[in-house]
Amino acid sequence: MAGSEVRSALTVLVIAAILFIAAPAVIETYTLTVLIIYGMLALSLGLIWGFGGILCFGQAAFFGLGAYTYAIAAINIGESTVPFLLGIAIPFAFAFVLGAMLFYGRLSDVYLGVITLVVTLIFFKFMNSTAGPEYVIGNARLGGFNGIPGFQTLNVPGDPGTYIYDVDYYWFCVVAILIVYALVRWLLASPFGRIAVAIRENEGRAELMGYDVRIRKTVLFAVGGGIAGLSGTLFANWAEIVTPGMFSLAQSAEIIIWCIVGGLGTLIGPVIGAMVLAYLKFLLGQQDIVDNMMLLGLILTLSVLFLPRGIVPSIGLWVSKAMPKRRRKRQRVRRPRAAVEEVPGG
Amino acid sequence: MDLAGVIAIEIVYSIAMLVLISAGLAVVFGMMRVINLAHGEFMMMGGYATIVAVNVGINIYIAMLIVAPLVVGIIGLIVERLVIRFLYGRLIDTMLATWGLSLFFIGAATMIFGNTTTGISPPISGFAIGDYQVNGYNLFIIFIAAVILIVMYAALSLTRFGLIARGAMQRADMASALGYDPDRIYMLTFFAGSALSGLAGGILAPLVGLVPTTGATYIAKAFITVISGGASVIAGLASSATLFGLISQSFTFLFTPVVGEVALLVAAVVLLRLLPQGITGRFFKGGM
Repeated sequence: MAGSEVRSALTVLVIAAILFIAAPAVIETYTLTVLIIYGMLALSLGLIWGFGGILCFGQAAFFGLGAYTYAIAAINIGESTVPFLLGIAIPFAFAFVLGAMLFYGRLSDVYLGVITLVVTLIFFKFMNSTAGPEYVIGNARLGGFNGIPGFQTLNVPGDPGTYIYDVDYYWFCVVAILIVYALVRWLLASPFGRIAVAIRENEGRAELMGYDVRIRKTVLFAVGGGIAGLSGTLFANWAEIVTPGMFSLAQSAEIIIWCIVGGLGTLIGPVIGAMVLAYLKFLLGQQDIVDNMMLLGLILTLSVLFLPRGIVPSIGLWVSKAMPKRRRKRQRVRRPRAAVEEVPGG
Repeated sequence: MDLAGVIAIEIVYSIAMLVLISAGLAVVFGMMRVINLAHGEFMMMGGYATIVAVNVGINIYIAMLIVAPLVVGIIGLIVERLVIRFLYGRLIDTMLATWGLSLFFIGAATMIFGNTTTGISPPISGFAIGDYQVNGYNLFIIFIAAVILIVMYAALSLTRFGLIARGAMQRADMASALGYDPDRIYMLTFFAGSALSGLAGGILAPLVGLVPTTGATYIAKAFITVISGGASVIAGLASSATLFGLISQSFTFLFTPVVGEVALLVAAVVLLRLLPQGITGRFFKGGM
């Protein structure tokens, strides 16, 4: 069991690495970098929603929080190593506290959705209203609607003069997403991950078996928040500005669309969904015959209606149907996931 | 004294606003357990319907009170037939599908009307209370919100269709066995909910400059009000609108409008943490 798990994780990592090495030949690295960042953001929601059954409507809150934390800390500290770590730690801690409040209150489903949505809105409204000079953290002005520009971007640790940018930054992000993917695979293969899936499948049963559902969900939620924070930090370094738009409802919606189109219950599904759709949006942004929001909306609605499992699991299903001989082997490896797909949302 | 009067009107007005923007969503959620995240866009389309109708020369009251609900109701009917009816009972999926619709409508409106602000002027002028100027249109909104609540209550508890609709929502199979087609009832209920959203959009059209993304400013508030209200359509709507209206308006007076908005959101988080089933999950149980 453990062997096949390691093998399939390694296969994905190797294929992904080859694709990332080949990709700059087709698409500019500047664009690719942001696709990877979005992929990581989708991965964070794919983890807590697809494997933990926690539908968070406000993943953008952690994304934005990570970016703002980095920007504010970078202005005050001037060297990027500590801000980078804070950009992960603060969203993690915030998600932990928020998650504890939600899960110890035994909120579920819609109510969870509302509260996470509301928290995102609070951030959005607050950050938009901080234009005045009185909103300062250390040396950093929050800047309201205009956001925070001009902070120290990522540098080689210990040497604030040597920036990591452009193509180097692309490789930095590639390594980051591969490491995050490997860690998440490891987390899910560990007892903690298996119990998280059990909780998603049947919360009452898991609880009767003696597992503390509340703390486990809280921790999983916090891990998701930390990954989203990391992608926010990376985004801040890519865009070199952070704006309240990162907390917007549209941003949250997009993350959910990536996951649903890519496929829940898998890890690569959301990543692929994010990269494909974000690139599509980028291409659509270059023409103005059809409004691209309209197309995104159409994609989401149609995929809920016709592809409720998402692209990746659907392809997996077709492959296993087309190749009956390999089916037994596949089923053995995929069993924990096959069970996932049958119960989307209970 | 004058100030007290003005403040009282403002508070009642903000409650009425919440009732108005949430009514359509409350009907659809309370009766059918469907959360329509395109609700804000339904309101936006109601607003555009009103403006277009006024520009072709139709009387503004007819445009707001008849044209807007009718147009949006019909759009709602089409949406229900094409999308929602396949997703009954799948709460999360309906939320996602309607979220997609909301983006679709924003995009469509941007293509048709452009990303610019359009508007009409309110038909009622202001008047003075002592030293203070009060917007007459606010009183009209309070009046309409009260009428909506009364009509909703009357329609649900006094008419035959209300009885059948409530029955079908509780036990679709029983209603069906008694010869009522649940499919048709859902369709009509969704039509009614959409028409209410359109009405709200039409009435708010003179107050705000309309842009295609206007809906986003309403959906969160409407969503929070309805969910916090809980299972009962009318009691839930009235109680949570009252609570949130009171809180947000008080904080607006004491601090700034932004603080008022944030206070509303914080109140919602605290409320749901304490009463996870919404207000009517604990109080006014079994009401409507």
